Amino acid sequence: MSLLKVENLQAKIEDNQILKGLNLEVNPGEVHAIMGPNGSGKSTLASVIAGREDYEINGGRILFEGEDITNLEVHERAQKGIFLAFQYPVEIPGVSNANFMKSSVNAIREARGEEPLSAKDFLARMREKSALVEIDKSFMSRAVNEGFSGGEKKRNEIFQLAMLEPKLALLDETDSGLDIDALKIVSQGVNTLRNENNAFVLITHYQRLLNYIVPDFVHVLADGKIVKSGGKELALELEEKGYDWVKNHAVEEQTA
Amino acid sequence: MTDFNEDKLIEEVTTSDYKYGFTTDIEQEFAPKGLNEDIVRFISAKKEEPEFMLEWRLKAYRHWLTMKDPMWAKVDFPKIDYQDVYYYAAPKKKPQLDSLDEVDPELLKTFDKLGISIEEQKRLTGVAVDIVVDSVSVKTTFQKQLKEMGIIFCPMSEAIKEHPELVKQYLGTVVPTTDNYYAALNSAVFSDGSFCYIPKGVRCPMELSTYFRMNAAMTGQFERTLIIADEGSYVSYLEGCTAPMRDENQLHAAVVEIVAHKDAEVKYSTVQNWYPGDKNGKGGVYNFVTKRGLCEGENSKISWTQVETGSSITWKYPSCVLKGDNSIGEFYSVAVTNNFQQADTGSKMTHIGKNTRSRIISKGISAGRSENSYRGLVNITKNAKNARNFSECDSLLIGDKCGAHTFPYIEIGNSSSVVEHEATTSKVSEDILFYCSQRGMDEGQAMELIINGYAKEVLNKLPMEFAVEAQKLLAISLEGSVG
Repeated sequence: MSLLKVENLQAKIEDNQILKGLNLEVNPGEVHAIMGPNGSGKSTLASVIAGREDYEINGGRILFEGEDITNLEVHERAQKGIFLAFQYPVEIPGVSNANFMKSSVNAIREARGEEPLSAKDFLARMREKSALVEIDKSFMSRAVNEGFSGGEKKRNEIFQLAMLEPKLALLDETDSGLDIDALKIVSQGVNTLRNENNAFVLITHYQRLLNYIVPDFVHVLADGKIVKSGGKELALELEEKGYDWVKNHAVEEQTA
Repeated sequence: MTDFNEDKLIEEVTTSDYKYGFTTDIEQEFAPKGLNEDIVRFISAKKEEPEFMLEWRLKAYRHWLTMKDPMWAKVDFPKIDYQDVYYYAAPKKKPQLDSLDEVDPELLKTFDKLGISIEEQKRLTGVAVDIVVDSVSVKTTFQKQLKEMGIIFCPMSEAIKEHPELVKQYLGTVVPTTDNYYAALNSAVFSDGSFCYIPKGVRCPMELSTYFRMNAAMTGQFERTLIIADEGSYVSYLEGCTAPMRDENQLHAAVVEIVAHKDAEVKYSTVQNWYPGDKNGKGGVYNFVTKRGLCEGENSKISWTQVETGSSITWKYPSCVLKGDNSIGEFYSVAVTNNFQQADTGSKMTHIGKNTRSRIISKGISAGRSENSYRGLVNITKNAKNARNFSECDSLLIGDKCGAHTFPYIEIGNSSSVVEHEATTSKVSEDILFYCSQRGMDEGQAMELIINGYAKEVLNKLPMEFAVEAQKLLAISLEGSVG
């Protein structure tokens, strides 16, 4: 059974149809990259899978482990193991990273009928996972993302990913705004966390990230649809020929 | 899918239910509606007060007649008809209550619903409780144990009879009968409240607590609290309040006075949860309260902590007069307004003594269509050399139909003093809620996390058992339909 199956998904915001019949299947153990020009619907796809209500789904459905989750709430999807690493993580004044993560971890455990993590176990896990993305200890008592640099915010997303160990992680342009050192740290974190039971969907504009996190599949998104899929070499081809190549390709297919 | 657009959030937030809105069917005794000298005499006679008290009340009443409702606060409500209010309502009861068996069983049920046990539980947590329903104190626990240490903790009406010398000496010295419109009204008609005296050098071993409950309809509640901490003593005092849901507005005009002598410390904590009115703004308590502490002696300290979630209108400025050299005044506040609630609250710190210090931390939270104002005055007089004040006023907005306002007034009479003021405004955005729910939290959990993070600095000042209650209360006031 596939982990995620997106079937003929159509979504719009106000009168703007963004996704126009998108199909995608992700199995455990796989890493998929979704590439495409600005405005093609990449971030919308991530938000819609996570359940953000700004978008109206007007066709198709989303299956997670065979279950139709199209109408589930955001937190219910998260509790089932869907994680979104945000392109622009928000700041939450006054709420420490430690407290935020504790609420998150325990909300998910509670939903699964598990006991809250003891303070001792929780702290041990925080220490272990923060080392993964080279986050300093003082970070735990700082307010969530408040005053963080762009790179710190992205590292924090990967740290949260490590803490929650989701089945499916959607990384929405995690590479944007990262310098090369931060990119390496983030990539190393993801590579450490990949295993045969989880899956990653990397949403990116650039091929650069895929030098560090090697995908099994690359999909090209244009005008609300996946217009081309292939192996990791597709990303290189795309880089060489540019997005116009697939756009034209898509037009050809439609007229054919 | 979750609808995290703000309109829905606001709607959810504003449909929150008030869980203390029941009424209790107990026999009540009323004075006739309206206010005149006869009513003042009636109340005084009912309480079997000495002559000096009646004179004191009449003086206050006569002065009140010359005054006008204050209009400067940023609150808006129809003019109150003071003749359309009952000024005295009391549960009918035997005069003395020595054991719980003598308390009206309906009343005991009320306390049960409120989650206050005046029995063993409090014994275990070590909180002495005085309970005031409508205008009368119905039960004070632990009096005997406290008495052995010389601590007096009793209903105000009892103090007037048993300790007239203390009452005479202190009543009205911090908040004079002529202080303001509501204080004058309170002085004329108050029927009960709590009285507390901590003798020299005694550290009160338990939290002292008063629980106020308005029950009767069309009734004003005017309680009067007086706390005196003699030299080197310490006391922590808690106050909680609830009222039934009623369509008409109820008037609450209390006065609290605190006197701290040399080296004494008083901590006064309030969790105010009067009925805030329904989501359309109908009903609710008008909460017009005067609270003031006098740091009379050197090195004394008075600290106010308040969590305000209730009342349709709040007009309240717990203040400190820092008379003794090196004395300290503190004010920590979280004020939540929702639906059509209006709050105008803050603090006044008057520095008179040398090296006096004050600290104001105010956290406003506005939701729905409410208006939340901080109003504060830091007044450093000429002789208050080297005085220091730090004020921080933060506002948190939920939705875009509410308002937050800050009115800081600062008067500095000398050049050796330092005053600092900081203010911020932030917003609980759709983005923050989406972020939290993507991490597995439902709306209630997310809201609790955000609000408690924001108000942490104030909540940390509350005694432990109260802090937990206050945290929950904040979440309940703002959440609405969890699940």
